[in-house]
Amino acid sequence: MSDNTGSSGPTPLVEMRDMSIAFGGVKAVNHASIDLFQGEVVGLLGHNGAGKSTLIKILSGAYKRDAGDILINGEPVKIDNPRDAKALGIETIYQTLALADNVDAAANLYLGRELRTRWGTLDDIAMESQCRQVMGRLNPNFRRFKEPVKSLSGGQRQSVAIARAIHFNARILIMDEPTAALGPQETAQVGELIKQLKAEGIGIFLISHDIHDVFDLADRVTVMKNGRVVGTAHVRDVTKDEVLGMIILGKCPPGAIPGPGAIKDIPAAAQAAVMGHA
Amino acid sequence: MSAPAIGSHDPASEEGLIRRFLNATELDTRMLGMVGALLVIWAGFDIYSGILRPGDGLFGGSFLTPRNLWILMVQTSSIAVMATGMVLIIVMRQIDLSVGSMLSFIAVSVGYLQVYGLGPALGVGHPAIWIIAVLFALVMGALVGCLNGVLIAYLRIPSFIVTLGGLIAYSGLAWWVIRGETVAPMDQTYKLIGGNGPLASIGPFWSWILAFLACGGIVAAIITGRQQRRRFKFPLRPIWAETVIGVVGSLVALGATWLVNSYPWAPKVIEKYALEHNIPIPDGALDASGDAICREGDKIVRCVNGLSFETGYAIPVLIAISVGFLMTFLAMRTRFGRYVYATGGNPEAAELAGVNTKRLTVMIFTLMGVLVAVSALISTARLDSATNSLGQFNELYVIAAAVIGGTSLAGGIGTIYGALLGALLMQSLQSGMTLLNFESAYKDMVVGAVLVTAVWLDQVYRARMK
Repeated sequence: MSDNTGSSGPTPLVEMRDMSIAFGGVKAVNHASIDLFQGEVVGLLGHNGAGKSTLIKILSGAYKRDAGDILINGEPVKIDNPRDAKALGIETIYQTLALADNVDAAANLYLGRELRTRWGTLDDIAMESQCRQVMGRLNPNFRRFKEPVKSLSGGQRQSVAIARAIHFNARILIMDEPTAALGPQETAQVGELIKQLKAEGIGIFLISHDIHDVFDLADRVTVMKNGRVVGTAHVRDVTKDEVLGMIILGKCPPGAIPGPGAIKDIPAAAQAAVMGHA
Repeated sequence: MSAPAIGSHDPASEEGLIRRFLNATELDTRMLGMVGALLVIWAGFDIYSGILRPGDGLFGGSFLTPRNLWILMVQTSSIAVMATGMVLIIVMRQIDLSVGSMLSFIAVSVGYLQVYGLGPALGVGHPAIWIIAVLFALVMGALVGCLNGVLIAYLRIPSFIVTLGGLIAYSGLAWWVIRGETVAPMDQTYKLIGGNGPLASIGPFWSWILAFLACGGIVAAIITGRQQRRRFKFPLRPIWAETVIGVVGSLVALGATWLVNSYPWAPKVIEKYALEHNIPIPDGALDASGDAICREGDKIVRCVNGLSFETGYAIPVLIAISVGFLMTFLAMRTRFGRYVYATGGNPEAAELAGVNTKRLTVMIFTLMGVLVAVSALISTARLDSATNSLGQFNELYVIAAAVIGGTSLAGGIGTIYGALLGALLMQSLQSGMTLLNFESAYKDMVVGAVLVTAVWLDQVYRARMK
């Protein structure tokens, strides 16, 4: 487990400082800061609409930030679109998977980065060959290379999306609810994969609202509420109940570093209600 | 397709055999269905017209004759060229309603340019006229298409609205350019683009050369395909399946060539050409059934073994076929095409994968504009004139051709060859009914009903394939 806490340790792989973005007056992300170290898994937790997906989409280039700085290995970088993010080694597995349903697995794997022959035409055979290799590692039973991904099962589609994220030597991986559409066995496979990627030194942001998943896989958790960061903590320093209190009430426990979204005082009754519920 | 993977097969049964054939050849069953429908329609018209008035068609009518099929191909080419572009537009979840008006606008502009601009300036018949006219039309098409695309992509106005506005505005512009006049005639060389006149076809010799090149191309494509698959150790198609595809493909190319080479020039045209070029006309006896001309005494008469010329492929048909190949290449083998399909399948995913969908939108509408210009050239050259009503309702036929050809309005699905077949099918219906002296009101009813039926059948087919 990583011991990198605070700013005094080694340089974080990713640091997002004071990020803000608003959609038509709604501050979806409000001065949020978050960081990630090499070989670390950071779980990003919060209710629907807490701003976690939005924050992460700024990093993946899907949204343009209104304010804030992004640093990769301590260097400020400019991410205006998904191409910029990919050039920096940031790969994303979106909750919706973001697959083009009408084309096959290889075309999705290489979408935006097609292999081409020396005449500039698509090298479909080379792409399919690579696709067979990477899918062979992730999902050895996968055979339906010629079919549009629309006709694949949820797990197969997921493995295509994962293959696309890891095939291009990602340094930073963003996984937005990677197991939401999966059965127990496939969920376990994704867990194994995360551990393997982490061992290879890849930094992973794991977005989830399943607190148990996150406690199993993450080194640290960052909780967001109403677009603000409530706090960040090592999973060993906090209990699931405390994290639940962060998610629901915005109350930062002693084991966590509070963010701007943490509330100072909460009515004891409400707190008791939460603890009783958990 | 829900069919099992290649190599595995159902228990031996009649159905299993057909399925195995389709799996092994990897043919598009939908395309086979369309070809089947087309053949049925052709045979039906030939038989029906034969009942009314016997002719020398394949089934005793007047539809399946070299002459009629040659004309059918020429008539199809304008809509076919535009339909290939419409496929990509619809695949990208857009629509272009303005193509007909745009065609009128370009047609009258290029006509005006020739008759009132280039003719007086360079002298009528100057060899540069047709080149300038063609370039002018293509650039104009690109600009108008680009304008559509920019409004749609960057100002985020729905393509339906932009091109509906275009439909109205460009037809107004077309009227404004020539004030409702008809401009004629076109340049002599320019007219060849439309298949107008005996020299607007390439003749039997070059038609056969093209046919042999096509056969060679089919064989080469099969062989390189096999080599590629072998290079990456992919499963190969069985040899018999490759052979079937090669033989059938070559037979289609040779058959079509034989057909266009069986369509002779009209005797009057031969006579005029022979006199103009000092070609001696052999002596012979009158025989009204022949397609050649002979000299009988001091008269020139029809005969069997005299002077005759066959047309071969008409230039507009070659243009349409070339556009079809080019567009297929663009759609299937290039990054541009891949992005068009991926964007149609899931615009958000394409955007997240780094595809610049706005620029792509401008590009497909610009391409559409260029194709409209090509069709405008074909139409004006064929009619040897231009009027502002030239492209009227073309947008409907173009969209119908694409949709009959299997392009889904939901986006992401559609093929170029499907649209070409769709255009041919619609033109076949129209020509056939004209041949049978149907009233034009009936023709419209039938074509409309066929469009709706085709889409319904397509949905049934797709639902069963799932």
